Amino acid sequence: MSEITMVEAINLALARALEEDQNVVVFGEDVGANGGVFRVTAGLQKRFGGERVLDAPLAETAIAGMAVGMATQGIRPIIEIQFMGFIYSAVDQIINHASRMRNRTRSRLTCPMVLRTPHGGGIHAPEHHCESTESMFAHMPGLRVVIPSSPQRAYGLLLAAIRDPDPVIFLEPSRLYRLMKEEVIDNGEALPLDVCFQLRDGKDVTLVTWGAMIHETMQAADQLASEGISAEVIDVATLKPLDMETILTSVAKTGRCVIVHEAARTCAIGSEIAAQLAERGLMSLFAPVQRVTGYDTIMPLFRLEKQYIPSTARIMAAVKKTQEVS
Amino acid sequence: MNASERPDHSPPLGSETRVVAFEIKHTQIIDHHGAPLGPLPEFAKDPAELIKLYRAMVLTRLFDNKAIALQRTGKMGTYASSNGQEGVAVGMGSAMQPCDVFAPVYREYGTQFMRGVAMHEILLYWGGDERGMNYAQQRQDFPISVPIASQIPHAVGAAFAMKLRKEPRVSVGVLGDGASSKGDFYESLNIAGAWQLPVVIVIVNNQWAISLPRHEQSFAATLAQKGIAAGVPCEQVDGNDVIAMRYIMERALERARNGGGPTLIEALTYRMSDHTTADDASRYRPPAELEGQRQFDPIMRLKNYLTHNADWDDAKEQALQAECSAEIESEVKLYLDTPPMPPESMFDHLYETLPAIYKEQRDEVMQLGATGGGEDHV
Repeated sequence: MSEITMVEAINLALARALEEDQNVVVFGEDVGANGGVFRVTAGLQKRFGGERVLDAPLAETAIAGMAVGMATQGIRPIIEIQFMGFIYSAVDQIINHASRMRNRTRSRLTCPMVLRTPHGGGIHAPEHHCESTESMFAHMPGLRVVIPSSPQRAYGLLLAAIRDPDPVIFLEPSRLYRLMKEEVIDNGEALPLDVCFQLRDGKDVTLVTWGAMIHETMQAADQLASEGISAEVIDVATLKPLDMETILTSVAKTGRCVIVHEAARTCAIGSEIAAQLAERGLMSLFAPVQRVTGYDTIMPLFRLEKQYIPSTARIMAAVKKTQEVS
Repeated sequence: MNASERPDHSPPLGSETRVVAFEIKHTQIIDHHGAPLGPLPEFAKDPAELIKLYRAMVLTRLFDNKAIALQRTGKMGTYASSNGQEGVAVGMGSAMQPCDVFAPVYREYGTQFMRGVAMHEILLYWGGDERGMNYAQQRQDFPISVPIASQIPHAVGAAFAMKLRKEPRVSVGVLGDGASSKGDFYESLNIAGAWQLPVVIVIVNNQWAISLPRHEQSFAATLAQKGIAAGVPCEQVDGNDVIAMRYIMERALERARNGGGPTLIEALTYRMSDHTTADDASRYRPPAELEGQRQFDPIMRLKNYLTHNADWDDAKEQALQAECSAEIESEVKLYLDTPPMPPESMFDHLYETLPAIYKEQRDEVMQLGATGGGEDHV
């Protein structure tokens, strides 16, 4: 079994879903013959036909709205919004319809749809191509927001998202698309939604993160280990609903917590995690919770993106701050 | 200005040829006095069939009056009246088949009733209860859509589902004249054309988008012509002529059902009510305009036709009204007798299975009970 990238893993999961359920339909801009701008859907149209893998006209509102209409009628649409910066014209459909169709109709009509979109910066992309606005969606009742951090988790979580009976926003960290390879067994096995993954066991501090920031966070954990600090790393993976139990259990053990995310700091998912730690985990904490995040600025164009995206050094510094208090 | 002319009437330069020409047709079958303007469609030759349409319009009007009364007496929330638009709604409803899918705005009660949506469900909805969108019949129909034009992508998506499954069904999406200015409508109309989907999109042009009159909404001579840019066949119909409305609608549905693709219909009508019970149209609409429109009332028009052509008389009219009123009263009773849902039910249809993290919030709501934790809660 050879190792594959996240792009290939997502492609495998899509193919598996198309194979196992005739109601699965993949559509979006340039996902057909072109195979998507990141090549995530490469070859799928050829294999499954132009009726089930097809290019939509350039219209994000209609793509999202049509997915709502299709999902209510028994199709399981997987739509692609080409970049997260273009998702905003689809937000009306996601918030006003997809997330609440079940609730409005007392489960008479439901929206089992997946909206896939690249997430985050760090790939020298143009303006509006580097968004990490996951908290907008995590705020919305009725949605699931999922973000993988490796090829294996991308495969397993995407399959889970597609099979889920409710709408899922599936964020694909574009920086991780080809950053690493991992062995992925195409056995159709989904990973669980709504739970965090513990990526590293530790006892001195809990590092909580998701998506592309797993990369810097794991690097920081390695360096901390060489300095004698044992860091536990938690990949939140499902941002909504948030599995606080895993985070609280870890913090009860370590007594310290650093939350790392690329998104701007204010009203982000880090804010929610910190608030819940204050409400439910305060007595376990030996030091104030630290956040290492993108700044409350517009995501800069790529000459400055490295200065915006949290670095390993910033994570290390935050961890050191938690260790100063004993 | 003719659309083919240049704004400044300048002479052409170089080679100029007409690439394509367009026209919009308007259909009316009986005039506003109820007199036929030509031969009637087959269904309209049967008086019993026309009386069915008449009954459906009268029922809708009487329901409307009752709903407004319920709101005015504090027994229901804000309500959007369909007064004046019954011809459009009943025309659509009578043309559709039960297997079709309907994506309405909030003034298509006439269509919804014909499709089996219960009056007490509509009352429950405006009475602040989600169960009013859980239609016992027509399980596949969409609930009323409040965000303007956002239901048109749903109708087009449903049509795509039908096409994928090769089902002989049609999806019908309705929007208002104001909604025809929105991107949701243009985007999905374009895709309906590009993918040749079995959908009929109906613009119910009631001349007012809350306070904005039709002529300020768009400089386009018709709203039907918005289909031209999308390559979607489009036409205009007198929506207050229920016979014409049903006829045009049936034709569009049949074409869609047979693989002929989408149609855009602009139905001309008039909102004889305020926008909703929370609105006062006298602030922006000249009273004389409203009075002038009464002569075009769709119900009066068909009644005149029936009086002259089907022995309709006062006795029959009174019997019909009494029958409709009794039906409405029993539905109102069902609505008023429906106890509220338990407060914790607000969690019960968020997801198929409520994630564990929300159980604590649900328990809190359940514990605080109907008063939300205190009688002083307003």
